Amino acid sequence: MRFVVCIKQVPDAANVRFDPEKGTLIREGVEAMINPFDLNAIEAAVQLKEQLGGEVVCITMGPPQAESALRDALALGVDSAVLLSDRAFAGADTLATTRTLAAGIKKLGGADIVFCGKQAIDGDTAQVGPGLAARLGLNYATCISELEFIKDTNCLKVKRAWEEGYDILEIKLPALVTVLTCINTPRVPSLKGKLKAKKANIPVWGAKDLGLDTSLVGLSGSPTQVVTTCVPKFEAKKEMLEGDVEEKVDTLLNRLKEAGIL
Amino acid sequence: MLKIDKDKCTGCGECEEVCAFGAISIKDDVAEIDHDTCTLCGTCVDTCPSGALEIESKKEEQKILDKDNWRGVWVIAEFRSGRLFPVTFELLGCARKLADKLDVPLSAVLIGNNVKDFASELIKYGADQIYIVDHPNLAQFLEIPYTNVLVELIKRYKPEIILAGATAQGRSYIPAVATILETGLTADCTELDVRIEDRALLQTRPAFGGNLLATIVCPNHRPQMATVRPHVMKALEPDDSREGEIIEVKIDESLFETSTKLLESTVEEQTGVDLANADIIITAGRGMESKENLSLVEELAKLLDGAVGATRAVTDAGWLSERHQIGQTGKTVSPKLYVGCGVSGAIQHIVGMKGSDIIVAINKDPDAPIFDVSTYGIVGDVKEVLPKLIEKIKKEKGL
Ligand SMILES: Cc1cc2nc3c(=O)[nH]c(=O)nc-3n(C[C@H](O)[C@H](O)[C@H](O)COP(=O)(O)OP(=O)(O)OC[C@H]3O[C@@H](n4cnc5c(N)ncnc54)[C@H](O)[C@@H]3O)c2cc1C
Ligand SMILES: Nc1ncnc2c1ncn2[C@@H]1O[C@H](COP(=O)(O)O)[C@@H](O)[C@H]1O
Repeated sequence: MRFVVCIKQVPDAANVRFDPEKGTLIREGVEAMINPFDLNAIEAAVQLKEQLGGEVVCITMGPPQAESALRDALALGVDSAVLLSDRAFAGADTLATTRTLAAGIKKLGGADIVFCGKQAIDGDTAQVGPGLAARLGLNYATCISELEFIKDTNCLKVKRAWEEGYDILEIKLPALVTVLTCINTPRVPSLKGKLKAKKANIPVWGAKDLGLDTSLVGLSGSPTQVVTTCVPKFEAKKEMLEGDVEEKVDTLLNRLKEAGIL
Repeated sequence: MLKIDKDKCTGCGECEEVCAFGAISIKDDVAEIDHDTCTLCGTCVDTCPSGALEIESKKEEQKILDKDNWRGVWVIAEFRSGRLFPVTFELLGCARKLADKLDVPLSAVLIGNNVKDFASELIKYGADQIYIVDHPNLAQFLEIPYTNVLVELIKRYKPEIILAGATAQGRSYIPAVATILETGLTADCTELDVRIEDRALLQTRPAFGGNLLATIVCPNHRPQMATVRPHVMKALEPDDSREGEIIEVKIDESLFETSTKLLESTVEEQTGVDLANADIIITAGRGMESKENLSLVEELAKLLDGAVGATRAVTDAGWLSERHQIGQTGKTVSPKLYVGCGVSGAIQHIVGMKGSDIIVAINKDPDAPIFDVSTYGIVGDVKEVLPKLIEKIKKEKGL
C-alpha cells in the first residue's frame, strides 16, 4: 500500500508576537515548523504502514526551505519525500494548492490513502484536504479521531467528530482523511531516523515536471485575491480605570453594578 | 511576483518589519525581495508608505464569459438531528442584506429527508425561495452525495453568491463543491459586504501576518463562496407574515450513490464548558503566567456563575483544553460580561469575543491592543488585581 501524507511548513505561530508600539510583528526567534496537525497525519500513516506494510511518502508544496520540514518527516518514520517547489506556485490559495498537490500525487503513481491535517495553523482554512479529495476523486472524511483498516472490505473505519457528537463511517479505499490531534501522539525522531533523514535525496518537482500550466497554479491560478488588509479599528466605550489596585477594583465593581451585572 | 520600484523605495524598512516570512531585507537603502521565501501575501504592498511595492500577476484577465448569467444569493441550510442549525438563520440574516443591496432574491438550499416542513422556518428568517432536495438517501449527511447534489443545483440555477456555515459539516463538503466548480472559497469570514459596481462579494477574515484583517474577493469566477462560523452573524427576528416560494428539485438518483457507509451516529451529551450560552466569561491569557495561577480565573468565574475562556496561547500550552478556546479557531461568544486576564488582544482572539456587551481587560501593558476593544481597562498585574477583585466580590456576597 502507498500512503501519502501532505504536510505544510508554517511559521511557529506561538513565537510570532505583535509589537504594540510599532504595530508590527516581532519575528525574532521564529522558526518554521511542520504544521502541528500534520505531525498527527504522519504518525497515523506510519502506524498504518507498520501494521500493513507498504510505504509512506511525504509531500509538500512550498519554497525551497520547506525541504527541512520533509527531512523532519523522514526522521519520523516516513520512507521518502518530494518537494513541490516553483516560483510559479507562490501565492496559491487553496484551489491552486489542491491542483498542485493533486498533480504531485498523480506523478507519484497515486495513493491508497492520503493523509492531511485537519487544518494548517497559519491560515486555518481546513479546505485543502476535502478539495484535494474532490480533485483526485477519492472518498474522504474530515476531522478523524480514530481509524482502523478493515481488510475484508478494503475500507477504513473512521470516527468523525462533529459539533454534538461523532459518526462512525466506513469508507472504501482509495480514500483521503484529515486528522485531529487527538488521533495519536506523534513519536519523537529516532537517531536512525535522523541519520536517514540527513542523507535522503529529496526530489524537487516544479510546474514543468508536473505538467502544470503556470497560469493555473500559484497566484495566477487562484480565484481569490486579497484586495486590502487593514488594522481593524474598534469603537469601544473605552474607560481606563485610575488609581491604585484597590481603587481600580472598586470602580470596576461600581460600573458593573450600575450595568446590573453584579 | 512581488515587484519593487527602486526609484520609489525610500528604504524605510516598514516592509521588512511587517513581512511574516522574512522575505524582505533592506540593502543599500532599498528593499530586496527573496522570491523563494515570499508567499505573495501582500501585507507589504499595503504597508509601503511610498507605494513602491506591487504584486504582478501574469493572469491575463481570466474572464468568465457568462458572469452576468449568475444571479442571486444562496444560503446552504444545515439540517441535522431533525432540526435546522441556528447558523442557518444567522447566515440568512447576513445574506438578506447582501441580496437587498444587489436587488436579487435570497434563496436557501435544504437537503435531507422529510425536510419540507422546515422550509417555512427558512422563509420566516428571510429567505424568498427554498430549493428542496428531499430523498431517503439523503437522510444522513455523507460527503459525496451532498457534494453532488449541491454542485448540480449550482450548475442549474447559477447563484452569484453562496454562504455556508463553517461547521464540521460545512467545512467538510463545501471545499469539495468549490473545487469541482473551480471557484474560490473563503473560510471563516467575519464580515461580508458587496461592492455594487462589479457585484463583488467582499469577504473579510483575520489574516496571518499580524493583527490584520484581510478583505478577499473572487473577481473572475462564479459563484463567490464563503463560510461563516456560528455566532458571528445575527439572525433577523422571525416574521410569520413573510412569504416565499418552495421549489422541489428533482435530481438524478445516481448522484446520491456512494460506497461510504454510515455505521453509527452518536450525539454526545455536552458537559462542562458551555461558552456559547454563558452570560459571564472570564478568559485566561498567557499573562496568567502559569497553569497554577489559573485557579484565580476559575475562582472568579465560579463566584460570578460564569464560564472560563482561554486564548490559543493558553490552550496550546495545555493549561486548559481546546474546548475553552475563544477566537477564530475556537468559539465565538457574546456574553453580557467578558473579562480578559492577561490577554493581549490578537485579532484572531478579538473576532471571537468582540460582540460581548461589556468587555473588561486586565493587562500590565498599557499599550496592549485589547484595551482598544475594552469598555473598562485596568492596567495592572493579574496576580494583584484578581485576588483583590475576588476578595471584594466575596465580601459583597457575604462569603
Ligand atoms: C490562524 C490563526 C488562528 C488563531 N486563532 C486563535 C483563536 O481562535 N483564539 C486565540 O485566542 N488566539 C488565536 N490565535 C493566536 C493569536 O494570534 C494570539 O497568539 C493569541 O491570542 C495570544 O494569546 P494571549 O493573549 O493569551 O498571549 P500573548 O499575546 O502572549 O499576550 C499575553 C498578554 O499578557 C500580558 N501580561 C503578561 N503578564 C501579565 C501579568 N502578570 N498581569 C497582567 N498581564 C500580563 C502581556 O502584556 C500580554 O499583553 C490564532 C493565530 C493564528 C495565526
Ligand atoms: N502547501 C501545502 N503542501 C502540502 N500540504 C498542504 C499544503 N497546504 C495545506 N496542506 C494540507 O492540507 C491540510 C489543511 O490545510 P489548510 O486547508 O490550509 O488549513 C494541512 O494540514 C496539510 O495536510
